Amino acid sequence: MSSLPATSPFKLGMWLLLAPLCLWLILLIILPHLELLAFSFTDPEQGSFTFGFYQEFFLEPLYWRTFVRTAVMSIMATILTLLIAFPVAFYIAKMLKGRSKGIVFAMCLIPFWVSELVRTFGWMILLRESGVISNFLQWSGLSAGPVELLYTDATIMLGLVYTSMLFMVVPLVSTLDSLDDSYIEAGYDLGGTNWNVLREIVIPHAIPGVVSGCIIVFMLSLGNYLTPVLLGGKDSLWFTEQIYTQFITRFNWEQGSAFGLLLLLLSSLIVWAGLKVSRQSFAKTMG
Amino acid sequence: MIPSIKQSSRFNAFYNSYMVAFFIFLAAPLIVVGVFAFNDSLFPSFPWQGFTTDWFFSSEGEKVGIFFDSELLDSIGLSVGIAIVTTFLAISVACSNAFLFERFNFPGKSFLYMLMLLPLVIPGVLLGVSILVFSSEIANYLEDYWFIDLEFLRPGLTLVVIGQFAFITTICTLIISARLKKFDRSLEEAALNLGASPLMAVFTVTVPFLKPAIVGAAIVSFLMSFENFNTTFMLVGSDAPLTVAMFERLREGSTPVLNAISLLLMLGSGVLAIINMTMQKKSS
Repeated sequence: MSSLPATSPFKLGMWLLLAPLCLWLILLIILPHLELLAFSFTDPEQGSFTFGFYQEFFLEPLYWRTFVRTAVMSIMATILTLLIAFPVAFYIAKMLKGRSKGIVFAMCLIPFWVSELVRTFGWMILLRESGVISNFLQWSGLSAGPVELLYTDATIMLGLVYTSMLFMVVPLVSTLDSLDDSYIEAGYDLGGTNWNVLREIVIPHAIPGVVSGCIIVFMLSLGNYLTPVLLGGKDSLWFTEQIYTQFITRFNWEQGSAFGLLLLLLSSLIVWAGLKVSRQSFAKTMG
Repeated sequence: MIPSIKQSSRFNAFYNSYMVAFFIFLAAPLIVVGVFAFNDSLFPSFPWQGFTTDWFFSSEGEKVGIFFDSELLDSIGLSVGIAIVTTFLAISVACSNAFLFERFNFPGKSFLYMLMLLPLVIPGVLLGVSILVFSSEIANYLEDYWFIDLEFLRPGLTLVVIGQFAFITTICTLIISARLKKFDRSLEEAALNLGASPLMAVFTVTVPFLKPAIVGAAIVSFLMSFENFNTTFMLVGSDAPLTVAMFERLREGSTPVLNAISLLLMLGSGVLAIINMTMQKKSS
């Protein structure tokens, strides 16, 4: 593309640019995580190697159950988000044209510029016992007394789906945008029904977007703290909450490190599996 | 399912109402937060006690408005400060990264690029605790062996900035790289032919071209820092930035002053979002 002299691999300019990148990655990402790894295998009293903190995780039902629960609920939230977002993304990408498309897409994006805390607060006002929906149900006669809609698993699920919606809609819209209308028309011309066209043409084309959306939503749900804690209340039993408790409340950093690494392991495993299944590269999906 | 293919009117009506329901779902929590900022009651819930702007402007009594709530005002100041410093650092490193990845070839480049993306897949809570553990270890070591006490390595605002910088830099790098990719290098060549030094060519030709991306990345970075909770929560000391202060109040049970501040936040981020979107449209 360029006729400028090819840059030799060892040049002052390159080293100057390489330095901040390496400092950032080594000091803030790699070393801290290695430290976490070292912590999780060290007995704090004798300073010797131990598997004890991982053993504790498997022996104490509360810990591993919370872990499994967090993983399962994150997977469910991901599937739900995909099911809700897909028709929306299709509508934006294929049904709308020009200006109205831009406006509707922007309407989808703007709520997500608002802090997650504010959005969660909104759901609390809607769902609590003295909240908007409870009052509406009483006013309309559908319910005799106040209804508490907060602090259930369904509430957590609702919150997770809501917070992650954007990260599913955006990649879906961009892949569906690249699908040529004529393919869809050809599908109908060949006698396909809506369902046939969706299954044989639209969904296969959208797979890259589905995969990157699902990976991002899963990771965000797994690592979420605010939504489960505020909408789930005391029984939310979310794994990030366990990590927080170990680190900040109990000051048991070794146990917390072990938990943290297990969470990281799970999230990397799912990302890896997702990429493997769809045969995509990490750099492409994320970038 | 596309406009050129006729569907039954029932299908279309169903699809349209689905979209309407979706947007109600998106907007509902934001609208309620805004509306209850004006409820003349001590709780952000029904019954509706009448319209008031006390939660913004009242200076005393049971209802202290947001403009007189010194605790929340201080925390806003802190958050703004943190966001400005983080943005400045993240943008500087991101520009350098973008030039490195777009302009140079070196062994291990793709590996480094992958490492650079890593912060996107690390949960924020974990990024926070790993930095907490690492910096505390360094601080303990310095204190035990060298008798140097470095306060900034203990939980506090510096660590919050460091923690946020660790992942915001990745996002800024992606935004700026995307724009740099589109740059026509013959413009730089022209500058060189006209006698500019390579550095001068970059600063007079390339950087102005990158400006929309840099401003866009700065807006995104500012908001991400301002609104960040997960990483911040793990690294705060005694001073609470806005999100942490709001979280503590939410747990205690809130007054509508939280609605008032939320409404202001919504307006602020809405304005920034619109500025960013129109700017991206113009530059593309």
